[in-house]
Amino acid sequence: MSALSDLASGDALPARTVTITRADLVRYAAASGDQNPIHWNERVALEVGLPGVIAHGMFTMALAARYVTDLAEDPTAVVSFSTRFTRPVVVPDDDTGATVEFGGKAGDTADDGSRTVTVTATHEGKGVLGKAVATVRPA
Amino acid sequence: MPLDESFVGRSWPAETYEVSLEKIREFAVAVGADDPVHHDRDAARSAGHPDVVAPTTFPVVFTWPATRRVVDDPALGLDFTRVIHRDQGFEVRRPVHAGDVVSSVVSVDEIRELAGNDVITFRCDVTDADGEAVATTRATLVGRAEPDGGDA
Repeated sequence: MSALSDLASGDALPARTVTITRADLVRYAAASGDQNPIHWNERVALEVGLPGVIAHGMFTMALAARYVTDLAEDPTAVVSFSTRFTRPVVVPDDDTGATVEFGGKAGDTADDGSRTVTVTATHEGKGVLGKAVATVRPA
Repeated sequence: MPLDESFVGRSWPAETYEVSLEKIREFAVAVGADDPVHHDRDAARSAGHPDVVAPTTFPVVFTWPATRRVVDDPALGLDFTRVIHRDQGFEVRRPVHAGDVVSSVVSVDEIRELAGNDVITFRCDVTDADGEAVATTRATLVGRAEPDGGDA
């Protein structure tokens, strides 16, 4: 994956595809403390009107943040990051899981050297994160 | 059910959380953050950190329970079984590291109604043991209207 520093403002970010399985959701539920059953229990998810077990929005956001820090080549590079959770990522009960494709655009560099990055995340062709913008501190 | 608007502008007493190396490792494994600075103390110190550092969204580990305390206050009137998480933001002043004892102060920034749904924005200001700012997080939750449009 090429570095953010090699990209000009407006350049597309190198794409990354991440697979999310039920096991990933259980692991994230334990690590984050978000034990909401809609993220691991199909019966409960269906009862509340969801199409099935869905990934935590915060899990998708965590994967997006890692995508940005990997691009910046600094695990602590992100100084701000905000997003809207526009659609759920439905994770099937199989060994294949759901795929999320990350992409986006490199943004402008501010006077202090920090830089914005716009991230897109799509699942089955539709965006799951909206207005996802991160600011990366100067290298 | 409309939310209690008097919650806007209120803040709640700080909740403290002690950040451990093992919790950072566990979170880093869960989100696939495999950089050694999240796992190995020597690697983190070599990179200039006091101890292993947390991935970007790690603060949710302590900001969400602090927020949940307000979400679950019956006086607010939010039915958690109908809540969806709409927006999330992080402003990071410095990376969280193992050994940090952080305090989270939750405030309600905004309450409004959108097409019959309750929309509420929580802010969480996180400081360290010296009172220095660590991060500010914002979470907007939507309490979906009952399907029949009633206030049941």
